[in-house]
Amino acid sequence: MEKVLVISEHEGGRLRRHTLSAVAFAAKVAAESGGRFEILVLGEGMGEVAGELRSYGAAAILVGDHADLRHPVADKHGWMIARIARERGATMVVAAASTFSKDILPRSAALMDAGMLSDVVGISMTGGEAEFKRIMFAGNVIATVKLDGAVRFLTVRSAAFVHPVPGADVSPVVELSVPVSELPSLIEYGSREVRVTGRPDPTEARVVVSGGRGVKNAEDFERLIGGLADAFGGAAGSSRALVDAGIVPNSLQVGQTGKIVAPDLYVAVGISGAIQHMAGMKDTKVIVAINKDPDAPIFEVADFGIVGDAYQLVPELIEKVKAK
Amino acid sequence: MMKILVALKRVPDPDTRIRVKEGVLDLDGVKFAVNPFDAIALEQAIRMREQLGDVEVVVVSIGTGDCVEQLRLGLAMGADRALLISGAEAPDSLSVARILADVYRRERPDLVLMGKQAIDDDSNQAGQMLAALLGIGQATFVSKIELVDGRSSACCARETDGGIETITVRLPAVVTTDLRLNEPRYVSLPGIMKARKKPLEEIQLTDPTLKAPARTRVLKLESPPPRKAGIRVRTVDELVEKLRNEAKVI
Repeated sequence: MEKVLVISEHEGGRLRRHTLSAVAFAAKVAAESGGRFEILVLGEGMGEVAGELRSYGAAAILVGDHADLRHPVADKHGWMIARIARERGATMVVAAASTFSKDILPRSAALMDAGMLSDVVGISMTGGEAEFKRIMFAGNVIATVKLDGAVRFLTVRSAAFVHPVPGADVSPVVELSVPVSELPSLIEYGSREVRVTGRPDPTEARVVVSGGRGVKNAEDFERLIGGLADAFGGAAGSSRALVDAGIVPNSLQVGQTGKIVAPDLYVAVGISGAIQHMAGMKDTKVIVAINKDPDAPIFEVADFGIVGDAYQLVPELIEKVKAK
Repeated sequence: MMKILVALKRVPDPDTRIRVKEGVLDLDGVKFAVNPFDAIALEQAIRMREQLGDVEVVVVSIGTGDCVEQLRLGLAMGADRALLISGAEAPDSLSVARILADVYRRERPDLVLMGKQAIDDDSNQAGQMLAALLGIGQATFVSKIELVDGRSSACCARETDGGIETITVRLPAVVTTDLRLNEPRYVSLPGIMKARKKPLEEIQLTDPTLKAPARTRVLKLESPPPRKAGIRVRTVDELVEKLRNEAKVI
């Protein structure tokens, strides 16, 4: 019987949608083990986020609301999560894989002497014991792993667990006390650059259009990659090359060490298909590759490939996608 | 004198496609390298020494004698001395963190620098766990680091999903490095010659608490199912038609 604690993630007072994949994971574990799950919300002014989470069948929405928790710094949040996991008798602590959860959860796990698995893509309960699947070696190996210990920490890939449909607002909201004087104070938050694009995050979009070395500068990226992303109502992404060249911000990088995406449609424009890039997108349903090199490795994983110059093909594609 | 400890992990060359053969990793003929993110961490430590002067850079690796190759490379890049931790298994991040915590207590560095993740298991946990076990601060996904307040703190830029975030962490701390922090230097021939004379100490771990069983148990390894072979289309019209009517994704 598992007691799962889901760690929610939010930004600017709004729930990050991928939290719902961790909720889906928790609901599955709770159902299959005859257990239950609770969702933790830490931050300041969390009323709306907590309210939104009430409709997914959690036994409780636990809210630690305090000015000292306003920013997601690892020392304070990591400490709070470990404390609450202990208090609630959690047997699993789970969050959607992101830079937020990867920063904080290992810290909480170590405070509880617990093992952790990152980027879990599957779970099965056999004989009452959980077996997890995770990806290693840049997507080339799938490992089936067990975690020993009274409590286990996990991050799950958001694309691997389908977001649940909201039901009635039934989960009670429980306000937790925040022991301010005990919170560690090793890290001071400075600032975060404000995202300017109005497009969705690549991890949360149904369609992702990514550009690689074949895109020459920031204006072309905006016109071709941004333009095609907008035509699909999707997100823009990039390979490492464009981030290193300073053409796009790091938050757009798709790959083993950037964002892992698995949308319905991924359009790779001028991306050759390095192992590290493919590790970040090859679980996509439908992959389209546009590249002038007919031997580019990206064509090996593409469902539809078209050989040619992106500077000619993409504007035509934008026009034809728009003309429905 | 400031001391920086840099953890180097021996991993398969990042450009090799690792395969599973009959349930085990097929490492036949695979070359090994320093985990690329750890090389970035070491480059950072060396640059800080070049900038500040009175800095000692110590590299550490956990594993068998094979890791000497990576430690020598670290010394050739410019580290001052190396530690090989043997006699301890480190099959998961928590085990690594426990062992590095022990090394930390022996060495008392002002800063621990390591890669944000190793490119073999992609866990991205050991640095954070180490900081937690030591009760010190951390900065992960770091793309810029600057010592402030008379070297008592580090101001770090972090590459988060939402963009660049800035935090200041009190030292000692664990800082894990991201791609954009720097580009590691190439090893020079004089560097290799000098490295031969630099101290490389092997430490056999005997502390029984460091031999605590790992939390993770790998039951099975397999290859992901291959993607079905796709098709080439000739025109944009054909592509749009396929996406609309065949794949039904737009």
